Amino acid sequence: MTMSELYRGAWVVACREVLGFIRNRARVLASLTFPLLFLAIFGAGFSNVVGVMARGVNLVTFMYPGIIAMAVLTSALSAGMSVVSDRESGFLREIMVAPVNRAGIVLGKAAGAAGVALLQALMLLTIAPFLVRSLDVGVVVKLVPIVTILALGLAGLGILIGAFITSQQGYQTLLQLLVFPMVFLAGVFFPVERAPLWMAILSKVNPVTYGVDAIRQTFLGSGPAGAGLGVTVLGHTMTLAEEVVMVGALGIVLLTGAMWAFGRQE
Amino acid sequence: MPDMEMIDAQYLGRRFGRTEAVREVSIRVAEGEIYGFLGPNGAGKTTTINMLCTLLRPTSGRASVNGFDVARQRSDVRRSIGLVFQQSTLDDSLSALQNLRFHALAYGVSADIRERRIRDLLVLVELWERRSGSVRSFSGGMRRRLEIARGLLHRPRVLFLDEPTLGLDPQTRRRIWEYLIELRARERLTIFLTTHYMDEAEQCDRIAIIDHGGIVALDTPNGLKGAMGGDLITITTPDSHSAANEVRQRYGVTPVVADGTVRFPVPAGEEFLPDFVRSFSLPLEAISVRRPTLDDVFLRLTGRAIRDGNDGSGLGVGGAEGDKRGAEVR
Repeated sequence: MTMSELYRGAWVVACREVLGFIRNRARVLASLTFPLLFLAIFGAGFSNVVGVMARGVNLVTFMYPGIIAMAVLTSALSAGMSVVSDRESGFLREIMVAPVNRAGIVLGKAAGAAGVALLQALMLLTIAPFLVRSLDVGVVVKLVPIVTILALGLAGLGILIGAFITSQQGYQTLLQLLVFPMVFLAGVFFPVERAPLWMAILSKVNPVTYGVDAIRQTFLGSGPAGAGLGVTVLGHTMTLAEEVVMVGALGIVLLTGAMWAFGRQE
Repeated sequence: MPDMEMIDAQYLGRRFGRTEAVREVSIRVAEGEIYGFLGPNGAGKTTTINMLCTLLRPTSGRASVNGFDVARQRSDVRRSIGLVFQQSTLDDSLSALQNLRFHALAYGVSADIRERRIRDLLVLVELWERRSGSVRSFSGGMRRRLEIARGLLHRPRVLFLDEPTLGLDPQTRRRIWEYLIELRARERLTIFLTTHYMDEAEQCDRIAIIDHGGIVALDTPNGLKGAMGGDLITITTPDSHSAANEVRQRYGVTPVVADGTVRFPVPAGEEFLPDFVRSFSLPLEAISVRRPTLDDVFLRLTGRAIRDGNDGSGLGVGGAEGDKRGAEVR
């Protein structure tokens, strides 16, 4: 296996993923509606209860970056779904017998899902000025690598699961079981630091929390005190850079696991 | 390279845990040959093909395709082969053209020849007019033709076809065979196929019959039928068992009893018949004489009719009807 087989495999697989997303108008629409629905319902429901969290940061503003992270998570995990549905339709065999590297296939699936996740994040960022606050171009530029790193890692998790689950139904069920705690215990809807102890502990074990906080810190700027920024682990408040490195490291582990799981399949 | 071995497998074997799915299979297929691989389901056909296609690692023995080792030079083997699987492996959400383009990219077919090659192949399989149509709307025959076109896109030296015409109507089957024979002539393509259709097996240069993981016969279709010993007599009597006994004692052959009939081979059927009818002690309800078919060869060698070992899947059952028809076409 040469390097060109790695790139070629990753490239064709990723292209197909992204094209598949763009062509599927219903999926594009749903991917936007769903996060916004959450925003509307939770925002409207709790805004009056919670009030302003800090100067210039109300609940909807606080939630918005969390919602972006949620959209990224859902899109990224769909990489696993794509593996499962390719296997069911038989197309996976066409990919597996091509003279391309298996690791390249995994990278392509992950990159494709990350591309889709990034597209969604950008769509949500585009409408952010109309809903919450105006954004600097610089903020968007900074968010691109953060979202990409988070999405690649989560796609790795999806593919890892997809390598073992054979039916779409099974994958969906498992995904529900996984996504809900991951989203609700990631500080998407409320600050982790203000949650009860048991919940705070679970949240800090959840790696998505750091991705959410990294996106939020970037989105809100360093932010006024009390805006619910930062995650404190064992007395140490994680910096943005530390969070990104952590999410990235975990992503590498997950992607490596996915490559291993894919490589051992015959 | 005259008479180069396109496929060369020696003592190829594969275990799954304790089960020995394929054992000591040796296959040599020459360039330009059409090689048929017959066997009941579960006999090891797919396992063997998967090993030759690098999808499954052999646990013993070795094999090479186009001179490349299937375990160590997998990419080279993959570039040398085209594959058409029993189940469709097309992307339903893409058009015919997009499916072929994906394949061309995955196999590194260079851009300058890609579009022309795609056009040529789509014209060959008569899908050029439908090139932009979604594959989802394609019939079974169209899908199969598209898969054959796709399998040929990167100019493979060997085309592997697993049940290429299963479930297709007779006209489509005939057309597909016309393409295959044309391709063999035009590109010296080597074709390795499995089939349940006996009329398809007849088109092969050589046939290997595999059962219980090992090859039990290998010859040309005529050679295999010749080995049956001339003509086949089938008689129907009220008591198949006694009839079989009498045949065994008087003619020294081992008859096959199946479906209320007794079948046995004789060197020259037409001359044998008058004397047999006069002297047979049991009443005869029906009698026929015919040349043996590959079905008979298969039954003799594996103890099963070719469809017996089938898993009874929807497609398989549908194909069985066509198969019986096919067996009678000689």
